[in-house]
Amino acid sequence: MTITFILDALITVIGITTPILLAATGELIVEKSGVINLGVEGMMLVGAIAGFAVTFETGNPWLGILIAMVSGAVAASIFGVMVLSLGANQVATGLALTIFGIGLSSLIGSNYVGIAIDPLDSPFPDTLALDTFWRIVFGHSPFVYFAVFLVLATGFFLNKTRAGLVLRAVGENDFSAHSIGYPVIRIRYLAIAFGGAAAGIAGADFSLVISPLWAEQMTAGRGWIALALVVFAGWRAGRLLAGSYFFGVLMALELYAKASGFAILPSQFWAAMPYLIAVIVLALLSSRDGKGGKAPACLGKPFIPNG
Amino acid sequence: MGAINRLELINVTKRFPGVLANDRVSLTVNPGEIHALLGENGAGKSTLVKMIYGIQAPDSGSILWEGKEVRINNPRAARRLGIGMVFQHFSLFEAMDVVENIALGLDGSVSRQALNAEIRGVMDKYGLKLDPRRQIATLSVGERQRIEIVRALLLNPQLLIMDEPTSVLTPQEVDELFKTLRRLASEGVSILYISHKLHEIVALCDRATILRGGKVVGTCDPRQETPRSMGEMMIGSDLRDPARGQMKVEGTVRLSVTNLSLPKPDDFGVALDNVNLDVKGGEIFGIAGVAGNGQNELLEALCGERLSSAADVIKVDRIPVGQFGPTSRREVGLCAVPEERNGHAAIGTFSLADNATLTARTRIGFATQGFIDQDGADAYAAKVIQTFAVKTLGPNSLAASLSGGNLQKFVMGREILQAPSVLVVSQPTWGVDAGSAAFIHQALIDLADKGSAIIVISQDLDELLALCDRLSVINLGRLSVGRPVSEVSVQELGLMMGGSHGGWTTPAMEGDHAAKA
Repeated sequence: MTITFILDALITVIGITTPILLAATGELIVEKSGVINLGVEGMMLVGAIAGFAVTFETGNPWLGILIAMVSGAVAASIFGVMVLSLGANQVATGLALTIFGIGLSSLIGSNYVGIAIDPLDSPFPDTLALDTFWRIVFGHSPFVYFAVFLVLATGFFLNKTRAGLVLRAVGENDFSAHSIGYPVIRIRYLAIAFGGAAAGIAGADFSLVISPLWAEQMTAGRGWIALALVVFAGWRAGRLLAGSYFFGVLMALELYAKASGFAILPSQFWAAMPYLIAVIVLALLSSRDGKGGKAPACLGKPFIPNG
Repeated sequence: MGAINRLELINVTKRFPGVLANDRVSLTVNPGEIHALLGENGAGKSTLVKMIYGIQAPDSGSILWEGKEVRINNPRAARRLGIGMVFQHFSLFEAMDVVENIALGLDGSVSRQALNAEIRGVMDKYGLKLDPRRQIATLSVGERQRIEIVRALLLNPQLLIMDEPTSVLTPQEVDELFKTLRRLASEGVSILYISHKLHEIVALCDRATILRGGKVVGTCDPRQETPRSMGEMMIGSDLRDPARGQMKVEGTVRLSVTNLSLPKPDDFGVALDNVNLDVKGGEIFGIAGVAGNGQNELLEALCGERLSSAADVIKVDRIPVGQFGPTSRREVGLCAVPEERNGHAAIGTFSLADNATLTARTRIGFATQGFIDQDGADAYAAKVIQTFAVKTLGPNSLAASLSGGNLQKFVMGREILQAPSVLVVSQPTWGVDAGSAAFIHQALIDLADKGSAIIVISQDLDELLALCDRLSVINLGRLSVGRPVSEVSVQELGLMMGGSHGGWTTPAMEGDHAAKA
């Protein structure tokens, strides 16, 4: 194994980690507000097709990303109306959102199957990324830098700002927050929309960068990994960043197992690896008292104000 | 007085579907006054203060602040006027620390350092001790209340609303709280003090407004009244003293506990240390003590949630039940009502009929061979509701929809109507209004008069002295020897609750413990 090989592998890892990190950061905010949205996979697909279609029709990938973000937020807001205003069960509604997203994206995407576009390039000039080493720093798509910025900003927001404190308070004890005078429902709507926007961008990362074309269910279950990651990270932004890259390494193993003759075990085994490791690590973490991180106390419970 | 009232309510009315919660309520609060708002559960006290604090809006009527009519749309607006509130159910966030919790109650953004300094300032000034870095989950109830008070005081309120602040405090904590409140009042802060504990109002308040059924039924100077006269205004009829039938202290021992010791259930629990007691049929045995001295552990050991080391440690009618679980103990005749009614005695999201099924199914016989006789369960729940005058729509109402006092009546009734041979109850009237408390006391006395042995665990000495034949004190998991109520003084009990037992802790048997088989 050469240095170049390792650097190449690193670039792959960073690339495939990014959409998961984006979607998980969005879900972290949603869950911190006390809502669990299992529709991440569906929102990602909606973002993926919206981003692809707009980019293909207009030739402007930035407009594509914007529309992907907006459509993710709109899909999430449908979920928001159901669970916040109508008091629907969050788990069932989130699953429905995923199924809805799969169906809707397939319907819109049927006109775009088999079309390829140019992938979105690094925002930095080529002269900065001449060799493999500098490509690690400057050679990624804008999504990569944005994802890292977003998770760090989210960590700062949650722990260092007053608005973040209020968001956590709403997720921790909605009745108390309400009686002190915070608008619980409005805060949760905003959090859900943010989560949808982040998932939409994550979807656009798939269809504009990772494989710049449209294929049905192209997110291939990454939305579920994003959900697991939030738990894995114990609802902490710092651990979410580290955990995402850890999962990225595991997923890259599958790609390399497929591509190279490195097939001691069938590639299906490597594909299952991230999930297996997730289960084992979660079990280990939760058996260690307190270190596993505590879920927001109101997670998944509907809030019905009594006056 | 000449001066402007700090707060004046004129004909404030609030209607909920099916209830008129406040019917043309008028009252005034002067600067520096401690004003009591007195009334039974459901009299409309909480609704009224929620309107003052902007959580709910009145349907009609007006609120005047410093003489000017105001519209208080939300708690933020109330705080801007200078109104602070300490809730009965604390609005705290368990997973956060003290400073974060206090910051959440303030409206502006303050740096952590500045806030720390302010918090220390307020705590020093009013003698409220707290470590600002502690996580809420690790604090006692009294400490949690202090956070709420500090949070309210940091806003320099002109009016502080306290909603039943003492219902969860020990007597010592109540004294501390009263000192703080008097100090605040002497500085000109008005206090609106909600309670149904009459002797506290007599001790603390300058004026009292009494609510009944949503209406003001009177205003008085508590220092000119007796607890009894105010209580009668509050419930609108004569207060009945619990009446005992004939004293049957000559019965046989129905519950006998011998050398009961159990280790701590967890880090925050108390170990039971060689507890001995005998209770005869017809007798009410009281256990006093400051909260957290082993009361919960004793109840769990008696009702069967935790098993004893040997079967004959606990005997009911001479049957060794120490190794029986709660269901088997109920079959033998030992029933219990724990302190926490919502979540321990009853499941909030279950109907009353289902809650009745949980503990009464075998003794009443509506769940045999593993099938539930729903009509039987409904009928039994309906009987409890009727006999104990529980205010609810019927057996299908959810337990959580009942007010605290009503749910307490239901769970007490559910056990008492099973005619247990031994009944163990903890805090039977905690948070229950005077009328319902008198009712529950009478029901316990009637049950004893029918020959049952009853243990009452309570922190309310007045209750124990009025109700019990014999009393003992639990301190650090050790139970003193029971003595007839007529032979113990309140001072002596107070000293023992503080841990000075004067040789009483020896597990020696009393003279009349002959029934030990």
